[in-house]
Amino acid sequence: MNNVRLLDDAAESRLVRNRLLFAAVLAALLAALLVARVVYLQVSQHESYVAQSRENRIRLIPVAPPRGLIYDRNGVLLARNVSVFNLEVDPEQVQNMDDMLHRLSQLVELGDAEVNNFTRTLGRARASSLLLRTRLSQEELARFSVNRHRFPGVEIRTRLQRLYPLGDLTAHVLGYVGRISADDLEQIDAAAYRGVDHIGKLGLESWYERDLLGRPGFEQVETNAHGRIIRLLSRTPPTPGRNLRLGLDIELQRVALEALGAERGAVVAIEPASGDVLAMASSPAYDANRFVRGIDSASYQLLSGSPDKPLLNRALRGRYSPGSTIKGVVGLALLEAGAAVKTHCPGWFSLPGSSRRYRCWQREGHGDVNLHSAIVQSCDVYFYRAAAALGIEPIARALRSFGLGRATGIDTDGELSGLVPDPQWKRAAVNESWFPGETLITAIGQGATLVTPLQLAALTATLANRGAATQPRLVTALDVNADGEFTADEERRPLRLGKGGDGGPIGGADDFRAVVKAMVDVVHSKSGTARHIKTERYAIAGKTGTAQVISIAQDEEYDAEKLDKRFHDHALFIAFAPAEEPAIAVAVIVENGGSGSITAAPIARRVMDHHLRGLTVAEAGSTGDNGASAVTAVQ
Amino acid sequence: MNVSGVTAWARSLDLPLLAGILALCGVSMALVYSASGQDPALLARQGTRIGVALLVMLVMARVPPRVLQRWSPWVYGAGLALLALVLLAGIAGKGAQRWLELGQLRFQPAEVMKIALPMMVAWMLSQRPLPPHAWQLLLTLLVVFVPAWLVIEQPDLGTAILIALSGVTVVFLAGIRWRWILLLLAVVTAAAPMLWWFVLLDYQKQRIVTAFDPWADPLGTGYHIIQSIIAIGSGGLLGKGWLNGSQSQLEFIPERSTDFIFAVLAEEFGLLGVLGFFALSFFVVLRGLWIAFIARDTYSRLLAGCFSLTVFFYFFVNVGMVSGILPVVGMPLPLVSFGGSSMVTLMLGFGIIMSIQAHRDLLRQK
Repeated sequence: MNNVRLLDDAAESRLVRNRLLFAAVLAALLAALLVARVVYLQVSQHESYVAQSRENRIRLIPVAPPRGLIYDRNGVLLARNVSVFNLEVDPEQVQNMDDMLHRLSQLVELGDAEVNNFTRTLGRARASSLLLRTRLSQEELARFSVNRHRFPGVEIRTRLQRLYPLGDLTAHVLGYVGRISADDLEQIDAAAYRGVDHIGKLGLESWYERDLLGRPGFEQVETNAHGRIIRLLSRTPPTPGRNLRLGLDIELQRVALEALGAERGAVVAIEPASGDVLAMASSPAYDANRFVRGIDSASYQLLSGSPDKPLLNRALRGRYSPGSTIKGVVGLALLEAGAAVKTHCPGWFSLPGSSRRYRCWQREGHGDVNLHSAIVQSCDVYFYRAAAALGIEPIARALRSFGLGRATGIDTDGELSGLVPDPQWKRAAVNESWFPGETLITAIGQGATLVTPLQLAALTATLANRGAATQPRLVTALDVNADGEFTADEERRPLRLGKGGDGGPIGGADDFRAVVKAMVDVVHSKSGTARHIKTERYAIAGKTGTAQVISIAQDEEYDAEKLDKRFHDHALFIAFAPAEEPAIAVAVIVENGGSGSITAAPIARRVMDHHLRGLTVAEAGSTGDNGASAVTAVQ
Repeated sequence: MNVSGVTAWARSLDLPLLAGILALCGVSMALVYSASGQDPALLARQGTRIGVALLVMLVMARVPPRVLQRWSPWVYGAGLALLALVLLAGIAGKGAQRWLELGQLRFQPAEVMKIALPMMVAWMLSQRPLPPHAWQLLLTLLVVFVPAWLVIEQPDLGTAILIALSGVTVVFLAGIRWRWILLLLAVVTAAAPMLWWFVLLDYQKQRIVTAFDPWADPLGTGYHIIQSIIAIGSGGLLGKGWLNGSQSQLEFIPERSTDFIFAVLAEEFGLLGVLGFFALSFFVVLRGLWIAFIARDTYSRLLAGCFSLTVFFYFFVNVGMVSGILPVVGMPLPLVSFGGSSMVTLMLGFGIIMSIQAHRDLLRQK
């Protein structure tokens, strides 16, 4: 007990007591302020407020604005609103909830999931209207209406609900809306959402939320003494949300997704001149409408727990080793540094003073190679040797100048930035020094480098533009016109990124000519790695890539048959066409697809075929010297 | 044994304070019943909540202050751990989160901190003679900042401010020099424009603007305040009578059983009722301050003083907001508003105040 201070010294006690007194006086003053306020309201202004309260029969009822529509580039409707009839419950008016639910389930279909969802929100929310059942059928509507008097507190409400008519086809591009959650409420201005019960949660729906939302309107209604609505006094109509027009061609999107078939992977196609995303497919996809209606947790577990990861937007968020697809850009770095020299490929390469062999994908080697044939045949040894001489810095700089290692800045959410490794990064990430061997594997797109399919497509578009980078974009126009017409001044200009100099893509005109020629020969020459997708109709400039999923030991052979499919290499292909006047740039990634030339290249071909279907042979012939010579070269 | 146990229990309760609290609970029941449109189910829920909270108070009143004092750092540490946990759970669940769920029990660790932080600061400052040294204040600043920051991350700016304020109150009571208080006020005044420009979201700014001029946006954000002011003003001297307030019964007042319940009181019971309610609330606060005043040791004084002033602060902000002189911030009227996990926290604080009063005499005897 003697550690308890029974009486502390007088000074200390006086100090605290003085403060308590001060606080009490301050509190009294503030309380007096409140009293003054209430006296002012209840005595001085009493008459005026009594009058206002008596006339206060007018109530404001919010009217939700229709959400902006989303169209593809040809005016096909991708997201619209439909009227649905919902059952909503005011819990305070329901005497016996279980009994009510039981009786109601005899009239309308009530699944366990719906009831569970409802009872869960019942415990948390204090709203006066909770959703019980969405999308009543006409029959259910009729049955309930007849019996309505038996269910006080249960009401039918007509609401606009988002509908994505094309389902799986658009889920990864548009994202979806979902019910406004408690967390959303923290972030938004409740007044702007009065009457609105859904909010963009993902993708374009979330990115363009402010534009798509619109402004709620109000109905002024007169009520009787019991608060029942007697008549409508005035109506301030809601302002509909702005419509979006995308650069996306939904038919091309369909072709891309069908070409991917049952594979896991992504296809991104960009119009090089504008940066418009023509297709952005991620497979497997899912039906976003399920999220709008409120997905039950079992189905959600099934989706989110699936090893195929259908909820993952691979185009924006899948990160892969680029494999040999970046050899064109590395080639530009070599040309710029004057390091593109002839060499010999015996099938392997060793750093001086090391016995470790870095192997070429072709065990027997490519013989004598220069930059052109090294790109055409995807010779690894050529790039090992050149990279060893050049060092990592110029290579990393070249990759970054083509937009790798940072987000492209596309107008949707969730995009990942990938990674371009260099010694500083490695020091910071794992606190280890850079090994010369890492320079070699970086030069052939293996190792730590990570790219998203979108980045790869943007890189391809920049190659197609001969270095003039354009920021990828989904939305090409916004409009306030409810008829879905887009006025010219609402068109958005493509965003050109800098060329050369500060951060812009490296490479002079001659360098691009050489690299593009090699990429054309990847498809159109006899020795090209993608020769089997060549076409007479137009010239394709492409590059195959194969990304290792697991590392193969020094003397081990990669044997697909012995490996589980999950450990097979990822197949990649980038291409643009027509080579001289590019109208489309494509990046394809097929997870565990094996070789880029076998699996990925044909998918790119189908996408380009569809996009260039209007192109006649005559037009293709005019695509310039390179294309024409390439076409004839393979006869 | 049994009889003496019960007497000891009874003796641990400060009867004037208890009477005040029970009276406020009675007011709460009457108003919730009226505001809910005479819903017995809602009334039962509020009654259960009050019962549980009173039980918590009775238990706390039996815990001697010196035990609390000894446990202060541990309670604070546990509170911090819970806040960190809720944040991690939120990150894992890919979303904001404030609740921790233990089976059926759900609670907000931020509420725990409303009690734990004053305990910690009072413990720290009572280790050495007052007034506190500069280094003690720096340490206190850290102790206040860490939980406040964790709560801001949830994100819950309002609660974070309340928690930080409870720490600052203890520091004030501990006799921090006036020049530092003035310095703090100067810093806050200077920081206010920064807050406006860089921290507050649009809707938060809108609330502040609306508080000063609700008629600027009568159809939008001002609607709630206008309706609540009409309710108060039309109540007049004697009110429209229990269950007879047209504003309240016809649902013109938003959130009328929770944050705006004072408007129901003012409409149905008039100025007389309001003054009676003010007197009751102020009596409870003053009784708590008095217990702090006559407490025997520094820790008890700081803690009892802090909890009493916190109750007053809630009261002032809520009534100020409902009567339209402060922005709408979503704060319940202490002990009266329906629901809210704050009821238990408040009663915990009152329990501690009662314990301080009860053990004061015991200490002298031993």
